[in-house]
Amino acid sequence: MLTPEQIESKLDRILLKVEKPGRYVGGELNSCIKDWDSVQAKVALIFPDIYDIGVSNVGLKILYDQINQRDDALAERAYAPWFDMEDLMRANEIPLYALESKRPLACFDLIGFSLPYETLYTNALNILDLSGIPVRSADRDETHPIIIAGGHSTMNPEPMHAFMDAFVIGEGEEVIHDIINALMSLRAHSAKQSPDNAGLLRRGDASTSLSARPPRNDILRALAAIPGVYVPKFYEVAYMDDGTVSHIEPTIPEAPKIITKRMVAKLPPPPTKFIVPNIGIVHNRVSVEIMRGCTRGCRFCHAGMITRPVRERSVQEVVDAADEAIRSTGFEELALMSLSSSDYTHVKELVDAISKRFEGRKLTISLPSLRIESVSVDLMEKLKQHRSGGFTLAPEAASERMRRIINKYIPDEDIINTTREIYRRGWTTVKLYFMIGHPSETLKDVQAIADLCKRVLDEGRKVIGWKAKLHAGVSTFVPKPQTPFQWVSCDTRENILEKQALLKRELFKDKNIKLSWTKPDDTLLEAWLSRGDRKLAEVIYSAWKNGAKFDAWDEGRKHEAWIPAFAEHGLDPAFYTHRQRRTDEVFPWEHITAAVRKNFLFQDFRMSLEGQIRVDCRLNCFACGILPTFANLRRENPGDAWKCPDVKSPNKSVVSEQLTVVGG
Amino acid sequence: MLRIRITFAKQGALRYTGHLDLHKLWERAARRADLPLAYSQGFHPQPKISLASALPLGFSSCCEVLDLRLNEEMPLDEIGTRLKDNLPGGIQVLNVESVDERAPALQTQVVSAEYQVNLTEAVDRSDLKRKVNEIMSAESLPRERRGKKYDLRPLIEELALTPSEERGAKVFMRLTAREGATGRPEEVLDALGIPADTARVERTRLLFSS
Ligand code: SF4
Repeated sequence: MLTPEQIESKLDRILLKVEKPGRYVGGELNSCIKDWDSVQAKVALIFPDIYDIGVSNVGLKILYDQINQRDDALAERAYAPWFDMEDLMRANEIPLYALESKRPLACFDLIGFSLPYETLYTNALNILDLSGIPVRSADRDETHPIIIAGGHSTMNPEPMHAFMDAFVIGEGEEVIHDIINALMSLRAHSAKQSPDNAGLLRRGDASTSLSARPPRNDILRALAAIPGVYVPKFYEVAYMDDGTVSHIEPTIPEAPKIITKRMVAKLPPPPTKFIVPNIGIVHNRVSVEIMRGCTRGCRFCHAGMITRPVRERSVQEVVDAADEAIRSTGFEELALMSLSSSDYTHVKELVDAISKRFEGRKLTISLPSLRIESVSVDLMEKLKQHRSGGFTLAPEAASERMRRIINKYIPDEDIINTTREIYRRGWTTVKLYFMIGHPSETLKDVQAIADLCKRVLDEGRKVIGWKAKLHAGVSTFVPKPQTPFQWVSCDTRENILEKQALLKRELFKDKNIKLSWTKPDDTLLEAWLSRGDRKLAEVIYSAWKNGAKFDAWDEGRKHEAWIPAFAEHGLDPAFYTHRQRRTDEVFPWEHITAAVRKNFLFQDFRMSLEGQIRVDCRLNCFACGILPTFANLRRENPGDAWKCPDVKSPNKSVVSEQLTVVGG
Repeated sequence: MLRIRITFAKQGALRYTGHLDLHKLWERAARRADLPLAYSQGFHPQPKISLASALPLGFSSCCEVLDLRLNEEMPLDEIGTRLKDNLPGGIQVLNVESVDERAPALQTQVVSAEYQVNLTEAVDRSDLKRKVNEIMSAESLPRERRGKKYDLRPLIEELALTPSEERGAKVFMRLTAREGATGRPEEVLDALGIPADTARVERTRLLFSS
């Protein structure tokens, strides 16, 4: 394996030939470089997109801090090299390396991928390959790192089951320690068993620590026993004749029948020492998570369903963290993050405290995901937002029928009144986000989007005249696993194109309306993978072999790589996208749960068909399944931070039988 | 208002940070260090930071200079310590001094720059020496860069091989660095027939008028 010095000298010869070489050299403020030989567990954290996107990812930053706070472990980072860099790395035989120590990824003990969205899958394969690590889990042996993945897309891990050794389901803050501890205790154990290795263990020089690694299968068995960790090789999937899943069974006693997500009962202090890149990136900002989870229950929303329960941080904690983070980074922008800012209990107090604390400092503050009501305009005004940036609201649908179906019910009048107020208070641009492709949507519902946009702008013109502008961002809905819409069919390419044509026809006429949309190819790719099964692993592999990577980018190869890959394995993409699931269908992700019960989701799906609204569950608990699963945690953490009701009943152990699901 | 002149080294990973990004880097460093940085007036206030001379990407330097303006008085050594604690590893503050507020803009004062080049591959020293002599005795050196023709020779003030104990060689050069008349080390290396990826260039001195 190449030494860091060898890698650096090879890099020096190629870096000036690539666009933005600063992506590949590390050296950022707040990055953490530890003495390699004095820690036992070495972890590489990977965001499989380019540096410019990955470096500001908060999820990985949390893990980076969690691991580096330990004396016995270190975490370093790597991202996907852009096309130009990859070509040069391959031509010069430079393996992918971690930015901190410049050591090849292959000499780490553990590699953790963040997979928030499906279009990163081919990049993950490519990164393993660039690191000289076998892409398939089955081909790896004791000399290779353990490869794990986490992030929202792993709520259905099956399409990637062949490539990852293990998946983390749910939140990573606590489970990452369980994983590292398991790894270290197994190693200590195997060192005791074979005394020759003991001496080598203490000083983890790359080559020697490899020889001390315990049998891979032992490690994976130990990981399978950790709650919230899914090791796919210990599960067998049987299929029905129609290609759907018949059942999924664990093959070893350590592996639970159902893997329930991990959830941290009390949010740990937010990270403040963000990496400060030495080159321009996409989001140069400090992000402070004000709360996790969402109680709104929008039926299309993957994040809202899988991140329950709602846990809020205190105003004081948020303000202090923001202050410290701005001090330690010098960034000029602060984002207060959550899925639904207006629902944060003390949002007014928060905004007051933040604007007071940062008064007079040159800082842009954003508070995304505000409800459509005039209070939101007051809040933004207090944050002294640059009016030039536009004001963003997300009605998601424009007809009464659709709003009931998706459970995001906002009357037109509220939208008109709020946007009128926005224009009146000095913003010239209103940005409205919609989605097309919701279940049972017709052209009439899409027409309503165009009509609403025009009406909003007309009203705006009455207030500020021809200065008024509107930006309509219309994405396409992709049905996601673990949501009430996991049963529905996704729009076909023809449907999507027809709906987009309507919007273009209607909205292009006004030059003060800007329309943006998602390409159907991108939507379909996401849709295949979101609800894919194990069979898709071969398709992903072939697509990658056909050149697919950077699937979220226009520069990436798309359908010319994917369609032949489906054909090669005799699979029909429409099976995954354009098929209404049977009500008793066993899903490929049946053994994974976000602790929201399948029959709750199904009931919600039925309600959607009948146009029935479910109100915010802060007002009325609908027993989605979170409380029985996490009853003990709730009991130990009573009070205001959680937005689920308190649990007072005496301790009783919660068994996974309570999660029994329809068709399960 | 206080005008501060900082001399700093730019090395390691920071060699790959360009001119505009370096501006941003100093702005953030000043903010982290809690220096009362002055901003321009107007709709988009810009911090009052000016860098003497852009350093090409990939070069290291032990002599970069910038001016920044502060709204309040502050002891120089305190500015130095505060900055040291708040800069990434590749940037080192070498000197902090105050300059007359009315002195001309820093960029207009630079006249020449010196570079030390380490060659990472073995070279034929006598051949290289001959080429150096050829260049120095030439009347003109017509070249083309980005489609524009120009004469490199008048921009070279000094060019010499320096003794080196290793099998490689070191080249020293002093090039004109005035606005609109800036000699580029990689152009000189090219004229010497040295491939860019076998040369490590460090800027060692900036020369100012007066
Ligand atoms: S348990 Fe009740 S309050 Fe908590 S998330 Fe589920 S429905 Fe909402």
